[in-house]
Amino acid sequence: MDLNIQILGVLRIGSFELWITESMRNSWIISAVLILFALIVRIRLKHFTEIPKGFQNAIEAIVEAFDGFVRGAAGDKLAYLGNWYFMVFAFILCSNISGLFFLRPPTADWAVTFSFAFVTLILIHVTSFRYKRWAHVKSALLTPHWLFLPINIIGELARPVSLSFRLFGNILSGMILISLLYGLAPPFVLYGLPLVVHAFFDIFAGVLQTYIFCIVSLSLIGVFAGGKD
Amino acid sequence: MHDPQVMDSLAQVMIVGQIASAIAVMTAVTTTFGQSRIASHAIDAIARQPEARGPVTTSMFVGLAMCETGGIYGLVIAILLLFANPLVGHFMRLMEVGL
Repeated sequence: MDLNIQILGVLRIGSFELWITESMRNSWIISAVLILFALIVRIRLKHFTEIPKGFQNAIEAIVEAFDGFVRGAAGDKLAYLGNWYFMVFAFILCSNISGLFFLRPPTADWAVTFSFAFVTLILIHVTSFRYKRWAHVKSALLTPHWLFLPINIIGELARPVSLSFRLFGNILSGMILISLLYGLAPPFVLYGLPLVVHAFFDIFAGVLQTYIFCIVSLSLIGVFAGGKD
Repeated sequence: MHDPQVMDSLAQVMIVGQIASAIAVMTAVTTTFGQSRIASHAIDAIARQPEARGPVTTSMFVGLAMCETGGIYGLVIAILLLFANPLVGHFMRLMEVGL
C-alpha cells in the first residue's frame, strides 16, 4: 500500500484526458462484488417463502434493521431515503475494510468521500424543498436576516467538507499507520501485532465511521425536512 | 548546479512544515478531552436510566463524531503539510528553473 494514489492509465477522448486512478479501480472491484451479491439475492428471491429460514432470514434481518435505523434517525416520513443510504452504507463499509484484502481503500481518497457528502448536501435541500417549499429557502439561507445570506451560504458549503473530511481523515490515518508499521517495524514485531492494528483501524474504525457518516447525514436531512412525526 | 540560496529556503520551509504539522496534530489533546467528557456523561445517563441506553448511545456517537471534526481537521492539515506542502512544490519548481 502506497500513500500516493497511483495513476494506472490515461484515457484520451479528443482533447479531454480521463485519468484512471487506483481508487477508481478499487471502487469498481468493490461495486462488482456488491452487484454480484445483489444479483445472487435477486435470484434467490424467487424461492423466498412466507416463513423466513436460513439465507432469507439473514437478508430480511439486515433490511429490517437498516429500515429501523433510517426511521429512527430521519423520521418515518423519510423512510424512502433508506434505499440510497443502504447502498452508501454497503459501499463505504466494504471500501473501509478492503484494506484487509491488499486494496487501497477508495474512501482514503478525498474525491470519493466528498462526492458522497455532496450528494448528502443536495439531498438535504431537495428533500426539504419538497416538503416545505419556499419556507425552506427562508429558514436555511435568510435566517436571522437577509444580510446573513453570504455567511449562511458558506455554512452550507462547509457541511459536505466537514462530513467528508471526517471519513477521509479517519481512514487515511489508519492506512498511514498500518503502512508505517509494515515499513518501519523490525521483522519480529510483524508476528501477531498487525492483527490487532488491522482489527482496530480497518474493522472497528471502519464500521464506526460508516455508521457515523450515515447517521449524521440522515439526521441532518431529518432536521431540515421537517423533523420526526 | 543548484542555487544554494534556494536550497536553504527549501530546507527552512521543510523544517517549518514538520514543526507545524506536529503542532497541528496537538489538536488531539483537546479533542480527546472533550470526547472523554461526552463518554463519561453518557455513562452517567445510562447508569441513571438504564432503559434509555439505546437513544443515549446513538446521541453519544453523533456527539463524538461532531467533536472529532476538529481533531480530524488538524490531522488533515498535518498530512497536507507533510506530504502535499504547496510551498515545497514551489521551491522545487524554482530549483528546476535554476538548473
